[in-house]
Amino acid sequence: MRKGKAGDVLLRIILAVLLVIMVMPLVMLCTNSLMGKQELLESFGAVLSDCAGMAEFRLFPRYPTMRAYVRLLLDTPEYFTAFWNSALLAGGVVAGQVFTAVPAAWALARFDFPGKAVLKFVYMLLLILPFQVTMVSGYLVLDTLKLLDTYWAVILPGIFSALPLFILSKSFSAIPKEVIEAAKIDGAGDFGIFVKIGVPLGMPGISSVVILGFLEYWNAVEQPLTFLKTETLKPLSLYLPVMLKGEVQTAFAASIVTLLPAVLLFFCGQDSLEKGIGASGSF
Amino acid sequence: MRSRRKWSRRAWIFLLPDLLGTTGFVLIPFLDVFRRSLLQAVGDGFVGLDNYRAVLENKAFRLAAFNTARFMAICLPLLLLLSLGVAVMFQNVADKGNRKRRWKDLKAGFTLPMAIPAASVVVFFQMLFDEKGWLNLLAGRLGFGGRDWLNGASAFWVLVACYIWKNLGYDMLLWLTGIAGIEKEQYEAARVQGAGGFACFYYITLPQLKGTASVTALLSFVNAFRVFREAYLLSGDYPHESIYMLQHLFNNWFVNLDIQKLTAAASLLVLVTGVFLLTAGALFRVPGLGGTGRTGGKKTKKGRRNG
Repeated sequence: MRKGKAGDVLLRIILAVLLVIMVMPLVMLCTNSLMGKQELLESFGAVLSDCAGMAEFRLFPRYPTMRAYVRLLLDTPEYFTAFWNSALLAGGVVAGQVFTAVPAAWALARFDFPGKAVLKFVYMLLLILPFQVTMVSGYLVLDTLKLLDTYWAVILPGIFSALPLFILSKSFSAIPKEVIEAAKIDGAGDFGIFVKIGVPLGMPGISSVVILGFLEYWNAVEQPLTFLKTETLKPLSLYLPVMLKGEVQTAFAASIVTLLPAVLLFFCGQDSLEKGIGASGSF
Repeated sequence: MRSRRKWSRRAWIFLLPDLLGTTGFVLIPFLDVFRRSLLQAVGDGFVGLDNYRAVLENKAFRLAAFNTARFMAICLPLLLLLSLGVAVMFQNVADKGNRKRRWKDLKAGFTLPMAIPAASVVVFFQMLFDEKGWLNLLAGRLGFGGRDWLNGASAFWVLVACYIWKNLGYDMLLWLTGIAGIEKEQYEAARVQGAGGFACFYYITLPQLKGTASVTALLSFVNAFRVFREAYLLSGDYPHESIYMLQHLFNNWFVNLDIQKLTAAASLLVLVTGVFLLTAGALFRVPGLGGTGRTGGKKTKKGRRNG
């Protein structure tokens, strides 16, 4: 019994240490974003602005101030253009994914049809292959359609990712057959069953696809890097690193504002995200 | 009774929007890529497998392929083991505690890194790993010499750490679902017969996690390609050669408009992945899309209840 207790304490300690490591970057970014210009230069100048000496490690600012945020808000219109671009790209992709992947996943999970095995294989292949493999083909088709260097260049190919399909078809196949049989006996058609049973019961899967899709495209680097050239179209994921070069003052505040939508969505959707990820891992 | 034909027609209607897009944006353009991979750079002369030979003989390609393979070979087992370990620890502690809310927060804390965009966290990594950064500050206090973590062979390990930090929570969730699916009675029965914690884990938990393991491995593999984001934002187009991966190479070929090599290498990767997928599918039961494997068990239970 005593040994069990000691083991328990040890487990708790290990988990606590790991947790600290996991949340450390976010905490540091948060607290450091409250530093004033002078303090930032003292602590980070060595690394971020090529000052002499070593960086300093300060968990909490000595003189907390919101000045960095104020400056970000008032002095950097480019930042907000990029923010808006990110929102538009991520929002567009997610909306499109929901409209195409939800019915398609329903078909894969609920129907048997000739060619299903081949189709599943193709989607599986698309799931595994990294973006770089389809980079040229994407470029060629966007070039033909004259869509390069527009928002559509990132949104349209992004809509047809295989990951939402993968997660959704898992969560749709977890719906018990009896529920659907019962609806059929009540005279519901295929579309009725899809709308009245599939969509409501698959909601955790759908919301987790929405959240994961948003996180993925809010964080997209490869796609905008390849398909967008105009600076004013670029999202935060590309603009922020450029802005940070030599801009110590707002570096941390800008990083926090950048991660805010993603982290807020993550916390709000915690339950369904957990369920959806869980469903995708089940057999 | 509905005819089979009608059934399958319905299926295609549901599939249509996604299928049209996938065909138009991915499949047909990829056929074009394959066609180009067999052609000359200038003009339309057919050169057979010359481009492929050029790719395979290319030094940068060999380096990048080796680095990518090395990264996968080290990262995947490491992440899978670590996340399984954390999931088991978590399960052990959470089962005894009765403060559900707190465990939920803890789980959220572990999965938080997946929500943090690469662009934001790059500042933190810079501060940590820079020559004048925090890690060297610590090393200096402890009496060790510092080093430039990002511009040496250590860059590889920085990237490994970054990948594990980002994906540990996600994989932990996957494992936890798998563990939750194992019936508690089995453990109780084993305990009664005198099995210890390790025996329980080895003989009950592990065998039943096979399915979860293959899904987790698959998703971790997919996510492993995404470390390119952190690598690119930290070190740009040409990072230290220990982390020069296929993603960097493709990107640079793209920037330099080296279409021949790019199309050949892309076709090659599709081929390799396709063959791998087919063999894996034949050897193990690789997780597919959809399927009705899970519902079978539930059905019999419910059927009994209803009947």
